[in-house]
Amino acid sequence: MSETAMTSELEEIDRPTGPVAAAVLATGIGAFVLGLLTTLSEASTGVHDFLEFDEDVGPLSGKTIIAVIAYLVSWAVLHGMWRRQNPAVRPILIATVVLIALGVLGTFPTFFQAFASE
Amino acid sequence: MEFTNRETWTLIHGLILGTFFLLAFAGGLAGLWSLRTEYVTPAGIGERLRRLKIGTTAMAIAAWATVITGTWIVYPWYRESLAGEEGAGCEGVQVPTGECSPRDFLLSNVSGQTEDWHKFGMEWKEHIAWISPMLATLAVFLVFYYGPALARNRTARMLVLVVFTGAFAAAAIAGLFGALITKTAPIT
Repeated sequence: MSETAMTSELEEIDRPTGPVAAAVLATGIGAFVLGLLTTLSEASTGVHDFLEFDEDVGPLSGKTIIAVIAYLVSWAVLHGMWRRQNPAVRPILIATVVLIALGVLGTFPTFFQAFASE
Repeated sequence: MEFTNRETWTLIHGLILGTFFLLAFAGGLAGLWSLRTEYVTPAGIGERLRRLKIGTTAMAIAAWATVITGTWIVYPWYRESLAGEEGAGCEGVQVPTGECSPRDFLLSNVSGQTEDWHKFGMEWKEHIAWISPMLATLAVFLVFYYGPALARNRTARMLVLVVFTGAFAAAAIAGLFGALITKTAPIT
């Protein structure tokens, strides 16, 4: 069975695909923001200091708070936009996989430490 | 036999919530895999689905609780800067002490080549762990949204399985490094 045929099966379920697409894409956005902030924090002392929302936790506090806010807000906004619609699921799944992969890459020490500021 | 406050929180974060997460994952995985119309009766699907909703919700709650306690309660104790310039507080010690935090201890290399436990292990663990609750929450949403359709729609079921397993994989990386780092440099 081809991937296109498989994802079209999701559209056969008697409910709109919009809420699923919103939840899936928001997860990708949350993971991507986490990876992006992790790398930016390493590359820039300004970003590093800005992300230090809590002195004891350090910049991890800002990275995780902003990533979770990005995840929840994007979910709410996308859900509001798509809740009664049927967007094609396949491109959203592909975009989400790419976003999560970039997010994981951004949190991988060998990667983000390559951007370390002096 | 007694635990300090810090040891108790480390146990809650790593062992109690971690075990709960693992159990919920195992139950959820088995439930999802076998939730097919050819395997169970309509009444059975209802019963399985109820358990699946409870299992996935429990896993997501455990994932959020684990990262929140880890980041906001345990991690500050790990990363305290106690050893001073040049890591003097860690000289001659075998384990972290009141003058040598676990992070100081690992970076000081006083007990062998340990700095990579922080520079790679802890750095990856503290970040990737946060992807797990987002994926686990997505799995919960999909289970509630699709409901009984999961039993007859293979693609929906596979989507939940992939998301669910992804949540576990992210947590497993964090959990494995957490256990190994705690073995090398425990929080006391």
